[in-house]
Amino acid sequence: MFGRLTWAAIPFDQPIVIVTSGVVGAMLAAILLLVTVKGWWPYLWREWLTSVDHKRIGVMYMVLGLVMLVRGFSDAIMMRSQQALAVAGAAGYLPPEHYDQIFSAHGTIMIFFVAMPFVLGLMNFAVPLQLGVRDVAFPVLNSVSFWLTASGVLLVNLSLFVGEFARTGWLAYPPLSELAYSPGVGVDYYLWSLQISGLGTLLSGINLTTTILKLRAPGMGYSRMPIFCWTALASNLLIVAAFPVLTATFAMLLLDRYCDFHFFTTELGGNPMMYVNLIWIWGHPEVYILILPAFGVFSEVVATFSGKPLFGYRSMVVATMAICVLSFLVWLHHFFTMGAGADVNGFFGIATMIIAVPTGVKIFNWLFTLYGGKIRFSVPIYWTLGFMVTFVIGGMTGVMMAIPPADFVLHNSLFLIAHFHNTAIGGVVFGAMAGYTYWFPKAFGFKLNERLGKAVFWCWFIGFYLAFMPLYALGLMGATRRMQHYSNPEWQPFMLVALAGAVFILLGILLTVVQLVVSIRTRNQNRDLTGDPWNGRTLEWSIPSPPPAWNFALLPQVERTDAFWMAKQRPAALHESGAPKTYTSLHLPRSNPTGVLLAFCGTVLGFALIWRIWWLAALGLFGAILVALVQAWRTDQEILVPAAEVEAFERTSASRRSFA
Amino acid sequence: MSVVEGALSPEHALGDAASVPLSLRGPAPTRVVAGFGFWLFLLSDILIFAALFAAYAVLSGETAGGPTGAQLFETRHVFIETACLLASSVTCGFGSLAVQRTDRSSTYFWMAVTFVLGATFLRLEASEFTSMVASGAGPSHSAFLSAFFALVGTHGLHVTVGLAWLVVMLLQVATLGFQPMVTRRFFCFALFWHALDIVWVGVFTIVYLGAH
Amino acid sequence: MRHAAGALFQRVPPVGGIGPKRVSSQHDSMEKHRCRVVLLTATVLLSSCRQGVLDPRGPVGTAERLMLYDATAIMLAVGVPVILLTLAFAWWFRAGNPYARYRPDWEYSGRIEMIIWSIPALVILFLGGIAWVGSHQLDPPRALKSNSPPLEVQVVSLDWQWLFIYPGQHVASLNHLVIPTSVPVRFSLTSTSVMNSFFIPQLGSQIYTMAGMTTQLNLQADHQGTYRGISAQFSGEGFADMRFDVDAVSGTGFQAWLSGVRASSQVLDAATFTQLASPSRAKGTATYADVSGDLFEAIAAGHPPAASTPLARH
Repeated sequence: MFGRLTWAAIPFDQPIVIVTSGVVGAMLAAILLLVTVKGWWPYLWREWLTSVDHKRIGVMYMVLGLVMLVRGFSDAIMMRSQQALAVAGAAGYLPPEHYDQIFSAHGTIMIFFVAMPFVLGLMNFAVPLQLGVRDVAFPVLNSVSFWLTASGVLLVNLSLFVGEFARTGWLAYPPLSELAYSPGVGVDYYLWSLQISGLGTLLSGINLTTTILKLRAPGMGYSRMPIFCWTALASNLLIVAAFPVLTATFAMLLLDRYCDFHFFTTELGGNPMMYVNLIWIWGHPEVYILILPAFGVFSEVVATFSGKPLFGYRSMVVATMAICVLSFLVWLHHFFTMGAGADVNGFFGIATMIIAVPTGVKIFNWLFTLYGGKIRFSVPIYWTLGFMVTFVIGGMTGVMMAIPPADFVLHNSLFLIAHFHNTAIGGVVFGAMAGYTYWFPKAFGFKLNERLGKAVFWCWFIGFYLAFMPLYALGLMGATRRMQHYSNPEWQPFMLVALAGAVFILLGILLTVVQLVVSIRTRNQNRDLTGDPWNGRTLEWSIPSPPPAWNFALLPQVERTDAFWMAKQRPAALHESGAPKTYTSLHLPRSNPTGVLLAFCGTVLGFALIWRIWWLAALGLFGAILVALVQAWRTDQEILVPAAEVEAFERTSASRRSFA
Repeated sequence: MSVVEGALSPEHALGDAASVPLSLRGPAPTRVVAGFGFWLFLLSDILIFAALFAAYAVLSGETAGGPTGAQLFETRHVFIETACLLASSVTCGFGSLAVQRTDRSSTYFWMAVTFVLGATFLRLEASEFTSMVASGAGPSHSAFLSAFFALVGTHGLHVTVGLAWLVVMLLQVATLGFQPMVTRRFFCFALFWHALDIVWVGVFTIVYLGAH
Repeated sequence: MRHAAGALFQRVPPVGGIGPKRVSSQHDSMEKHRCRVVLLTATVLLSSCRQGVLDPRGPVGTAERLMLYDATAIMLAVGVPVILLTLAFAWWFRAGNPYARYRPDWEYSGRIEMIIWSIPALVILFLGGIAWVGSHQLDPPRALKSNSPPLEVQVVSLDWQWLFIYPGQHVASLNHLVIPTSVPVRFSLTSTSVMNSFFIPQLGSQIYTMAGMTTQLNLQADHQGTYRGISAQFSGEGFADMRFDVDAVSGTGFQAWLSGVRASSQVLDAATFTQLASPSRAKGTATYADVSGDLFEAIAAGHPPAASTPLARH
């Protein structure tokens, strides 16, 4: 009746898990109770859960990422404390079967459910605003994408309490991830949650690519797009090209596990090396899917806060697109040690290094944007400078490991761990934090607290160096990754410093929450009435904060890059009422429950497949089809905002702005 | 001259179309946007097939002592399958023209023919699969057979989804008429159906003609 | 181009600001203290590097360390100035600095563009050369130059043990590798189940072991000593214990070890192998006086002597 699901699936014998489950359960119950008691459900349902507004969806992505950051970080600090303890015969407090789940979950969650939601959230929020349009190309699909990601998140978190997670590392290399060696449901949780959220990501990629290529304000040619939109375009093109490979690869592994196929098994001709190749054909572009939008954020921030245009716009665009293409030619550098041969290794080593050229150019471009600027030291520029310093180190260690013989001794070592955290934290997290602080006033109409923001930055910055510089050293000392314990007592001091670094980062995360709460409470002192709190350069700053549902009552006419900055240089043009503006009624997409419902069915389907409860799977699939059919016959997909309402809003916000 | 609030709506910009380059004309019309998005989706779908083709290419020799493609495939059978699918693409084309003319009966006729041809293709494929499994050459037998069933099966699954979609579209025409929304979807369906043809040409060439 | 590199940090008459003051002797003593801390840290770091890849004991490891050093030096030459410039520009062009000249419209310089494309390009050209030549010279299957013929060792990774077979000597050793110094060792490697990576950090290159196939690796120890060997590819529950000691001994020491092994009572036959291949945490060391025929070839071909059911792992 319930497939493989029995009471034994609940890990009653593991106090850590049970206590965590209890706490999380209690918190969830408290939140749900609060929402119910306060009567917020109708509001939440109407304005957020079923919203198809790209700004709301962007915000929800960010919230999802922040929540999962807490989860992923709990895994991290458990790993760091285990490694600080388990030396020379000491067992630590996490047995291998638990520790192995923790590092697998940490990697999976941080990449798929923290970094991806952060960059997707920023792109969703900012891209249509920067392009000067009213929404993304497919608003309902956008909501579906988000909720499918949320569905994956739900499944991953369920694995904590019901059953287990994969014990295979975050990429689940076979044969270890095959049924023969991982017979439990852990790998199934991994595969189904990523299949479901991966579909969401793919649809999101299609949506944003179409938006950028087909929906831009009049006059906004490619050479006038804000650089963040360029990086978003590159990132989403990579999503469209890379995620299908991930889907296919996971599908093959699923067939192996569920239907006794032999793609990657060690017997009957299966080839595990093929999995390693395929997963990295997705995996390396994935790195750039994450980092390119972060580059875009830094470009916007550095130009805005230096009060001058980005240096070398054209070479920035060329560099971005070069990285986009080259990222597909380097996947093999993740396994130089698989015995591919000197020519192949040499080729991929050099291809990898070539990516460092456009990346280096970007660093120099930011550098020369600072040059001649009038730099205002606000929080986003802290993150940007912190990034520039940190990322140079990460880039150098990356190029080092691109030399195959150097990789022969550094592969899989803690040096590698330090390298990719150097780029992931120093690049993606710093970028996400910069973007979050930068666009927050646009989303909510007030700024985040500056002092706390700087405190958050210093916690992350110092925490990062404390946590990962020792790992570089440990890697050179021959320490490899994923060790539940180790014998060499000389490593322990380094592990302790790394733990201290993790504590700093923990402080940073806590302060982020404090900052949010404090900023909300003191919002009246931090109001952004102008819509342009940073003296911005791009179109999103030309509209009120928060923007109306339609973003732009009248689509702007764009004549060059930094369109809003140029407009501000001619105040007469900006303020003169000129010819009386005629507003028209606007068609806006109506809120739509399809995304939530599809994701609900998807979660049921995924859960049922993981536990092999076939009737429930059929039910989930049937439900999903039903929801899709209902959506297909929905003819009232738009609401009409009358011209008078648009005009009234524009007038009040304009008077408010001139008052400010 | 106002940069930010210059009230040039896209409709206006399209007015003097010839003089303004396409990339400067503002947001494209919904029909174009939907078509473009669907093209991107097809591209990603074809990349799934690309991964499966790659897997097949790697594993096609790994028969683990079992039967090879040359021993298993009946070319005549596959020829009929191919003919059905290619013909269905032609009838789907006639159907699309009928949709464009908003000619209801003609749409029903050509799309029904398309459905029958597609279903025949699936029927033939299913009989091929069942006879292979019955003769002990199921997907569990060797890596080669795993890759074969996954690749050809995925195509078959797409055809199945396509047929279901076709039925839905016919019902939409019946209930909603030729609204822009419906004709847009029909356009996407036609693209999907032709893409399946292209994939099948690859399957036919690489898997069946290339069998050794 | 007006704003090219020559114009960096151009001074503009002060509007009103105070220059930095130089402060006295307290500073110097602090400096001394700092020196001591730096020295201490350096000593800890250096001593910790013992046993690591920066303390190689053979030609392969030494060549790879040289590569690490070269690459680091070349990149630091660019990286350090970039980091310093970032901080310097950010500090100098702060909004409150009355000396800094604000250039609100400066966004392009052909000369600078050329330089910023060519610096990384030149670095990569150079490092790319190193990578290409290095990949060929240090290709794991490539035989090492030596006057003595190589010692053949076959390596099998099990769940979770390392088995070393000496085909020429017809002996085998579990979780303990003994090799003579200054003699190249030619490893052939495979796995009975999941992937592992065979790695002796002080001797250099690692390589994956994979079921159903054979990889090749050539290493050599130039100095006697005991080195740590590990698996560097996560392989499941017993992974952390997949360690082995490598004893690099003199030629006579090696012969002595061999005769000791030959005197032992155990042999590596199908039964013993089946027992070894059954998944378990590290089983300690053992030696085998004889090895049945082509055991390694059978394993590498995917047909280990007795079928071990992988499901028994859990």
